[in-house]
Amino acid sequence: MEVGQLQRSFVEYMTSLFREGFLDAQFSQLQQLQDDSNPDFVVEVVSLFFEDSERLLNDLTMALDQPNVDFKQVDAHVHQLKGSSSSVGAQRVKNCCVPFRNCCEEQNTEACLRCLQQIKQEYLLVKNKLQTLFELEQQIVAAGGAIPMVQ
Amino acid sequence: MNIGSGSLVGVPSSASSWKSGDVVSDQFPVGLRVLVVDDDPTCLRILEKMLRNCHYEDLVFMSYAGREVILDLCLDVIIVRFKVHLSVISKKQPPRYTLPFPEPTLWDFTGYVGVVVAINFCLLYVPVTKCNRAEIALSLLRENKNGFDIVISDVHMPDMDGFKLLEHIGLEMDLPVIMMSADDSKDVVMRGVTHGAYDYLIKPVRIEALKNIWQHVVRKKKHDWKDNNFDQSGSMEEGDRQQKLSEDVDYSSSANEGNWKNSKKRKEEEDEADERDDTSTLKKPRVVWSVELHQQFVQAVHQLGIDKAVPKKILELMNVPGLTRENVASHLQKYRLYLRRLSGVSQHQNELNNSFMGCPDATFGTISSLNGLDLQAIAVAGQIPAQSLATLQAAALGRSATKSAISMPLGDQRNLFSFENSKLRFPEGQQQLNNSNKQIDLLHGIPTNMEPKQLASLHHPSQSFVGMNMQVNSTAQHNNSLLMRMSQPQPRAQMLNGANNGSQVSRLPLSMQQSLSSEGIPGAVLAQSGIVDNVRGTVYNPVVAQASSMVDFSVNQSKELQSYHFSLGSNSSGMSTLTNRRMLHEVVNSDMKGSKGFPSNYDIFNELHQPKSQNWGLQNVGSTFDASHHPSIQGTQGVSSQLLLQQGISSTHNSGQNRNDPSGKPMYSNGEESGHSNPMGGPQLNSVGRNMLAVKAERFPDADYQSTFFPEQFGQDDLMSTFLKQQGSVGPVETEFGFDGYTLDNLPV
Repeated sequence: MEVGQLQRSFVEYMTSLFREGFLDAQFSQLQQLQDDSNPDFVVEVVSLFFEDSERLLNDLTMALDQPNVDFKQVDAHVHQLKGSSSSVGAQRVKNCCVPFRNCCEEQNTEACLRCLQQIKQEYLLVKNKLQTLFELEQQIVAAGGAIPMVQ
Repeated sequence: MNIGSGSLVGVPSSASSWKSGDVVSDQFPVGLRVLVVDDDPTCLRILEKMLRNCHYEDLVFMSYAGREVILDLCLDVIIVRFKVHLSVISKKQPPRYTLPFPEPTLWDFTGYVGVVVAINFCLLYVPVTKCNRAEIALSLLRENKNGFDIVISDVHMPDMDGFKLLEHIGLEMDLPVIMMSADDSKDVVMRGVTHGAYDYLIKPVRIEALKNIWQHVVRKKKHDWKDNNFDQSGSMEEGDRQQKLSEDVDYSSSANEGNWKNSKKRKEEEDEADERDDTSTLKKPRVVWSVELHQQFVQAVHQLGIDKAVPKKILELMNVPGLTRENVASHLQKYRLYLRRLSGVSQHQNELNNSFMGCPDATFGTISSLNGLDLQAIAVAGQIPAQSLATLQAAALGRSATKSAISMPLGDQRNLFSFENSKLRFPEGQQQLNNSNKQIDLLHGIPTNMEPKQLASLHHPSQSFVGMNMQVNSTAQHNNSLLMRMSQPQPRAQMLNGANNGSQVSRLPLSMQQSLSSEGIPGAVLAQSGIVDNVRGTVYNPVVAQASSMVDFSVNQSKELQSYHFSLGSNSSGMSTLTNRRMLHEVVNSDMKGSKGFPSNYDIFNELHQPKSQNWGLQNVGSTFDASHHPSIQGTQGVSSQLLLQQGISSTHNSGQNRNDPSGKPMYSNGEESGHSNPMGGPQLNSVGRNMLAVKAERFPDADYQSTFFPEQFGQDDLMSTFLKQQGSVGPVETEFGFDGYTLDNLPV
């Protein structure tokens, strides 16, 4: 594909991510932070987010799998997930955290499991989207183009 | 906020650009040193980038990911990431100091108590422990008292309560702390306010918010500088906050900005209004809350009833000339906090005594001899009441006997207060006797290079109740005596005594010692600071050397942040008798406590924390000191640097594991890199003292307490050289990070 086309796809894709709520303004902030001294900043941060989230989701799964669920611990995990997802702008993931925390407060294992399921889905979705986005970026760069800024 | 200056100002320069009367330099906030504590690596990375974009440097990010402690020291030149192992990643630009290996290096710190990393003239002692992650931030800060200007901490972290950290930092280090959280519920934000946060940021944090954090530092420094009264950081903070509130409409970037500010304002207005007015006007000599004075205070408070105790009435009851309402008010505030923490801790004096006795430190053994000596000397002089003498001796002896977590329980602290004579008062009887006839007046006769103001600045702003900011005279004499007192082992004392003039030198050791002894954390920090500060120019040594060491100990002991930072300002001239006395008391007290050993300090969060985990180095240090005290080090050279290095190194050594060379090296090399010549030679003492003063003036960042402790002028080179000399290992210190052969084997695990 030629650069212009790639760039247009990129812009469209990015716009749709914002529109559909996968990403929010915080993600734009990250993009703005990226500069020549840190050209891979966004990728780096998002990778950290992936790592962190996957670990948290695992921990959550294990915690909820216990015969005696430690809801405080679960809540702590969810809180952290909320923090990191909001830091990267993964809006939908973040939004799942709020009801999740309520379920923890109510100490409702069933509800928590449902929330966990939902969060996992949202996480996988946004991960997928972001990976696609990064691939597009790479293609643009490989084709010699510049990555367009999307507001 | 626009950061006008495009250049990054190194810490030393930025520090030096802060003049007392001119807190904000053109280059500020460039060079702001920020410690970020968060357990979320994603957030940390983002914050780091943002802060770098703000040209803040020396960012230290601590994160706890899973069960690992990840400490990212982000500097312009290197990024050191501790992840149980230490990996060093060099930045792309040619750094000022190059590490021997540019590739990431994994160092196995298993079993290490701590690691000393020298970065940009800062020697950081980083405790390496999986258990006490909560303490790491604090220990980092303690170790580098002057190392940071501001702390940004997450609220919710596993193993660490952000608010607790906030409180500890505020009390111990008098640093502005900014809280942040994804949690924006009002009650949490309110908690931040009540705990003394300078700001509360809601995640995701925006860069605009970070760009403004420097104002907190500036304001605080300005306030600290103006306020020469003994004033707790709490009150100062409040004043600052209030000021901030009024001055900066948009200073808070938190989502609850409006509400939060209002509530904060309301809360602080009553408290602050009076105090601020009073404190900002005059420059009065710092009030040192000696044991006696504090006892009077406590009596007055009890008479009135803790709930009804109002500063004014307390002042009247105490009837101490020269004491102002603000002094009492701030002390009352600290006392209240102290009482709060006391709940649950037995305050029985016996317990305290026992705990004193229980000082595990072997060093105490040595000290006790010293103590005994001192005590007797003092007793002979009639300065120490028999009781105190006995107590001191007992304590000294007891210390060697038992092993107790350094962190003195609050009860200890209580004892501190209740001990009438601050047993430690005297440490070096001879010296004191020489200096003055006053029992506590250790400072008397101690030639103080420091002006009253200096002293004040030296005065540790620590919030500890003891509040003894012992002003340490820079005179060697005192140092010596103090050193002796300081639970440091005799060798130390010797060193101090041997310090040639060098009060400087001795000072450092003192501080180091102190830190070691007293809970270790403070001391260690001091020590660290000393080194670090060397670069930065804070002069800590003299102060420390003097009475402070003692004081420090005691303060630090209690785990509750007894961190009385003893800002020993030595200033015979400037010090009032009362002050001097207090210092002595403090010293004595600290000494008592200090002797226990370091560890406790770090373990703020743990009650009787086992030394091992916490004292990342202090224990080792202490023991190291005892064992290997290099008299030469202490006395002569930049003792501080040495001490620091020693401490750090010793701690690492003590970890008892053989580390791979690389592991050990990095740390040392860093340290080495910094200090070539020995800044703290004897002759420098005076200059150090002066420098201290000067430094203090310039560097505000460290709040009183910080600056006092670290001799800024000590360059890293000096430190290193001193250290090396001490160690007998190396001659001139390399400027580069040369991995020296410090072995990390000694660190007790």
